[in-house]
Amino acid sequence: MTFATMLSTMSEGMVRTLGIFILTLIFSLPLGMVVALLRKSRFGFIRGFISAYISIMRGTPLMLQLLVWYFGPFYLFGWNIGNWRFPALIIGFVVNYAAYFAEIYRGGIESIPVGQYEAAEVLGYTKTQTFMRIILPQVIKIIMPSVTNEVITLVKDTSLAFTLAYAEVFSLAKQISASQSSFMPFLIAGVFYFVANYVVEFVMVRIEKSMDYYK
Amino acid sequence: MILEMNNIEKHFGELEVLKDISFNVDSGEVVSIIGPSGSGKSTLLRCATFLETIDGGEIIYMGEKAAHTDAYGNAVYVHQNEMRKFRNYCGLVFQQFNLFPHYSILKNIIDAPMHVQGRSKEEAEADAMELLSKMGIEDKANAYPYQLSGGQQQRVAIARALAMKPEILFFDEPTSALDPELTGEVLKVIRQLAEEKMTMVVVTHEMPFAKAVSNRVLFMAGGVVVEQGDPKDVFDNPQEERTKQFLRVFER
Repeated sequence: MTFATMLSTMSEGMVRTLGIFILTLIFSLPLGMVVALLRKSRFGFIRGFISAYISIMRGTPLMLQLLVWYFGPFYLFGWNIGNWRFPALIIGFVVNYAAYFAEIYRGGIESIPVGQYEAAEVLGYTKTQTFMRIILPQVIKIIMPSVTNEVITLVKDTSLAFTLAYAEVFSLAKQISASQSSFMPFLIAGVFYFVANYVVEFVMVRIEKSMDYYK
Repeated sequence: MILEMNNIEKHFGELEVLKDISFNVDSGEVVSIIGPSGSGKSTLLRCATFLETIDGGEIIYMGEKAAHTDAYGNAVYVHQNEMRKFRNYCGLVFQQFNLFPHYSILKNIIDAPMHVQGRSKEEAEADAMELLSKMGIEDKANAYPYQLSGGQQQRVAIARALAMKPEILFFDEPTSALDPELTGEVLKVIRQLAEEKMTMVVVTHEMPFAKAVSNRVLFMAGGVVVEQGDPKDVFDNPQEERTKQFLRVFER
């Protein structure tokens, strides 16, 4: 196998890696907010359910969670779902990352002084307006560094997709390396991940800077 | 009568904070509330502005009942939709200003008039600029709260409250978070509003200010109004022992 073929095969893998990455972010960022808000629900059983969910997501390996999502439907319920590999993967990542984002959001929401809510209430803002106009913009600024961290971790965590034998860049690197007895695929994979995270950092720093106009 | 609060009861758990307090504010009146900390002054303001719910008694704005005690002895408020009208009658200036840090000064002032009252941007901005120039800080319209001194921030908070055109404006220790040299500029603004016959209730520890500006002074202690009346009478000739004891501290 020539270097060029190796590179082009692995680029296809990188596209799949980025697919997992982007889909996970698209769903888990908003889902995390829903989870964070439900955690403050006035119904005890919802709060209990949410905190158990977060504990499990944080307390067990993501790799194990992916296996459960993939094999669970068959072994637990006898369901044979066609083309289940990719959906299982995305669900696993989204549900896991939503839990982490929810905790970040919660920290951010709790750090907003109560005076902000009171000022908004006295001015007559509705609860929704208060959250969307006053609280959320401030929360986003506060949580940005933690979100950046989590997003960078996600880029690297996509490699866990190899456990479900999904042909993203890490699975391919292992495969090609074994078949070609070459170390090169690992180096290429390393460069791919690094470049992806370099871009993530660049973008996140720009977003953080754009919120520097107030303290 | 702009505001009537009758037989207000409020407790936090076991602690009775307001014990059967009644108090009225007439149009154009400036009422100062003084008293030691923990006497229930701030809680009274927070009940009047609906930040706290009362446990008993009634709150009447402009002759309309916002809350009353029902036959079972529970305080009931009007429905949420109607509540908005009552919130609109009153404004509150906080000790800690509580400006929105992510909004410019101008936006702090125009956001609620636009998004709560549905006024046009042009109208809200024109009003805001007028208020800012009245507060002597029209050059700060595009600045952000963190760039302003405490005294300036508090004047913005006053402008923000006034932009909603309230019938009555409450101040909860408006100068307590300020350096002595910045206190004066805020008190000057409140005094100016008093001259324009703005109806105001001010919880304050600034005794000379209370004496000079208010039409009536309430002295609160232990959750009750111990004494009230003309500021000259209350300050120079207090009738109750508790009042005398409190005022002596300030003479030192």
